[in-house]
Amino acid sequence: MRYLPHTQEDIEGMLKAVRQDSLEDLFSQIPNSCLRDRDLALPEPMTEWQLQEQIQELAQSTANSKGFINFLGAGSYDHYIPSSCKYLISRSELSTAYTPYQPEVSQGTLQAIFEYQSLVASLFDMDVSNASMYDGASAFAEAVFMALRISRKRNTVAVSKLIHPAYRQVLKTYLAPTNFKLIELPYLEDGSTDISPLSSCDDLAAVAIQSPNFFGCIENLGKIFGQVKQDRTLCITCFTEPLAYGLYKAPGSQGADIVSGEGQSLGIPQSFGGPGLGILCTRNEYVRRMPGRLVGQTRDQDGQRGYVLTLATREQHIRRGKATSNICSNQGLCATMTAMYLASTGASGLKELAALNRDKTEYLKRELKNKGCYLPFSGPTFNEFVVKWPEDLNKLQARLKDKKIIAGLPLGPFYPELADHTLLCVTETKTKEVLDSLLKEVSV
Amino acid sequence: MSNYQTLGTKGLQLREPLLWEKGRPGRIGISLPRRDVERFPQDSELAREDLNLPDLSEVDVVRHYTRLSQWNFGVDSGMYPLGSCTMKYNPKIHEYLAGLPGLTDAHPYLMPELCQGPLEIMYRLEQVLAEITGLDAVTLQPAAGAHGEYTGMRMFYAYHQKKKGPRSKILVPDTAHGTNPASAAMCGYDSVEIASNEQGILSPEVVDRLMDEDTAGIMITNPNTLGLFEENIREIAEIVHAKDGLVYCDGANMNALMGVVDMAKSGVDVLHLNLHKTFSTPHGGGGPGSGPVCVSSRIRPFLPVPRITKAEDGQYELSEDYPDTIGKLHTFYGNFTVMVKAYAYIVSLGADLRQVSQLAVLNANYIKENLKDCFHLPYDRPCMHECVLTDKKQEEFKIKTLDIAKRLIDYGFHPPTIYFPLVVHGAMMVEPTETESKEDLDRFIQAMKDIADEARQNPDLLYQAPTKTKVGRMDETEAARHPCLNGMMDNDR
Repeated sequence: MRYLPHTQEDIEGMLKAVRQDSLEDLFSQIPNSCLRDRDLALPEPMTEWQLQEQIQELAQSTANSKGFINFLGAGSYDHYIPSSCKYLISRSELSTAYTPYQPEVSQGTLQAIFEYQSLVASLFDMDVSNASMYDGASAFAEAVFMALRISRKRNTVAVSKLIHPAYRQVLKTYLAPTNFKLIELPYLEDGSTDISPLSSCDDLAAVAIQSPNFFGCIENLGKIFGQVKQDRTLCITCFTEPLAYGLYKAPGSQGADIVSGEGQSLGIPQSFGGPGLGILCTRNEYVRRMPGRLVGQTRDQDGQRGYVLTLATREQHIRRGKATSNICSNQGLCATMTAMYLASTGASGLKELAALNRDKTEYLKRELKNKGCYLPFSGPTFNEFVVKWPEDLNKLQARLKDKKIIAGLPLGPFYPELADHTLLCVTETKTKEVLDSLLKEVSV
Repeated sequence: MSNYQTLGTKGLQLREPLLWEKGRPGRIGISLPRRDVERFPQDSELAREDLNLPDLSEVDVVRHYTRLSQWNFGVDSGMYPLGSCTMKYNPKIHEYLAGLPGLTDAHPYLMPELCQGPLEIMYRLEQVLAEITGLDAVTLQPAAGAHGEYTGMRMFYAYHQKKKGPRSKILVPDTAHGTNPASAAMCGYDSVEIASNEQGILSPEVVDRLMDEDTAGIMITNPNTLGLFEENIREIAEIVHAKDGLVYCDGANMNALMGVVDMAKSGVDVLHLNLHKTFSTPHGGGGPGSGPVCVSSRIRPFLPVPRITKAEDGQYELSEDYPDTIGKLHTFYGNFTVMVKAYAYIVSLGADLRQVSQLAVLNANYIKENLKDCFHLPYDRPCMHECVLTDKKQEEFKIKTLDIAKRLIDYGFHPPTIYFPLVVHGAMMVEPTETESKEDLDRFIQAMKDIADEARQNPDLLYQAPTKTKVGRMDETEAARHPCLNGMMDNDR
């Protein structure tokens, strides 16, 4: 086996050195009651060629392999990733290292993560980002727990119904064994969150709003947080499409205390939903209440600038049961990809990319309306929007599928009241020609 | 010191500033699509005015990260014996497979008939992981080992809630990784610490004394963090089960046991695996990992959703229809590309996985036997995939574990895990893995012996180490006292 360097001679010599007669004897202290009764029932080992053939065949089964045009978004977005980023991330000095416990041999990882923290904090206009979390949903759940830790005596958290349904489900999983209370805020006619139920709640630790929300609408965070803050309630924002912040006001400038969400949009392939990138940012005053790894700048014994993992006293390996979270890693490589992507777009590229996403979406919205489609929510959107088609949704979907078009995500399973609506997503990868091909299929 | 050549040598490393210290406004490093629609007006109340990101060219970005990568040490650079992290070789074919556009461009909400391939890979991976552990069912959703631990504890909670109501405590050995009590705490459990015995393992008597009907169960790492097999696990499981408690096994160290131990027979109800450890997927400088959780049949109803099912016609589907499920833990299905790599690894080895574990254990014992004269070995017993040494013999020369670790860097090795487990003073936890050859192990052993000599004869060499890296020892106290976590914000440094 090519991954196992031992020759028979090596094995014999080494067994002698450890005073054992056979490889089996190395396990002699394991009681029979724990040993397997039979050998591993696994198929014959595959050669590299067989393996390649098998996985290639499986990969060909997907819609994208079959040339479908796909208008799905809903938390996973199709953006072009520069070849330079894909190449750089494959450098194995970065990918085959682990958590940078030994800073002297990990300055590459450490500087890359420090830069990630800085670029991301800047994008959201926050003071601090951590070194990343697992994904958008778990980052959001951790954001809520962080807020509850900060608020201490308050036990209720209000969450917009327009936060990604999966994020809310994950939050419910995390909240179930605790005594904290969750209330969901309904939505208004224009596709934004209705915060009026908050006035009757006196135990409120935090309010969480997603922007752009699950319907693709931009929430007026400044206005909402302005009202919420008067009561010392913490303001959490969450997002699934951070590219929007190339165009729209950053949550930090709108009063957010904690920003959490998914960074996949920024240079990470969709990969059937993972790995993604959990982003978590906060204000300086809450840094020590934050979960996750943090990289900080310092100097070495000769005064040279360098980077280390820091503020570890918040973490499980020191605080154990009293830590701010159980997380002991991050999505290091994904965070680095996002930093590479943001470095490649820069401010000017990111603004124009965001504008392209919005404008192509606006074009499709206008033309769909002209074709007789109903767009129920009037609020401003970024690159997603809700649409009701002039024909039965199931029929339309089946018809378009034959033409190799996936016409967005049906909303019924998530919002029963919108059973005949879909959520459409348009990114810079969709040319006008492609958009027109969808329009051509819509019958008046 | 002997006169062989060490691996560590000088090399030209280039300085590289921070991203925002280079570049010029107006540069760009991506190819923007041509604008083929008009500009639409934007609501000025919501429009962003300032966006502060550096503008760089593609060349700027490529040089930047190439230089950064050259300051890093990875498994591809050399031996990385970081205990409990299983830093084995990461096969390159996996990168190609996981990077196939059919997989990387697949949207997670594709209708099942348009994503059969990804679903089949996940289904098959669940099957082989069940076979390797001996357990009944698997979820691939957790994104890391600690996420898997949380999933396990959350299922413990759901199990007891469904029966006679939640319990409040959990037994955790003093050798456990810090994530164990932290994961349990997130489910509201108070950890009750159990001391290991003089042999470094758990005694059934101690567990029997502590286990009661308000205790949800026990979390056992097996082999434990001393690299020792918990020989009494079956008996302990019987004690815990008798009080209707559950047994969690932290499977971080599964690399020692593949094809050897049956976790179901050992009495385990829930176990997490680390695909990035045992199943060779790259650690990525901290992630992405993957922490699948395997369960016995009585825990199966509580697994997270969606679950992958195979219909009679052979079609794979995602189902959420499990009334006792704990719910979701990830936006989608977990770290899919990591699963592809782990699956590729398992089918490349098949039943030879047993040999992987045998050689991993052989390598660890070989290091232990060769180093126990120079370094204190607190538990002188046959070890599994890793061994724990200490700095006790170097104390008289005022040399600490940290100095030994830093000096190893100059010899061209990544240091072992240090100061863990906490129960061993000055611990050095060495896990070579099976992918290191005898020559590399011999070189490591020689380096450690040389360092032991240096500690006696020329301790300054150790205090000053490392000297061949881009930076020397870092001022970590200063980093924590005056945190600088965002280099783009004004600060006084």
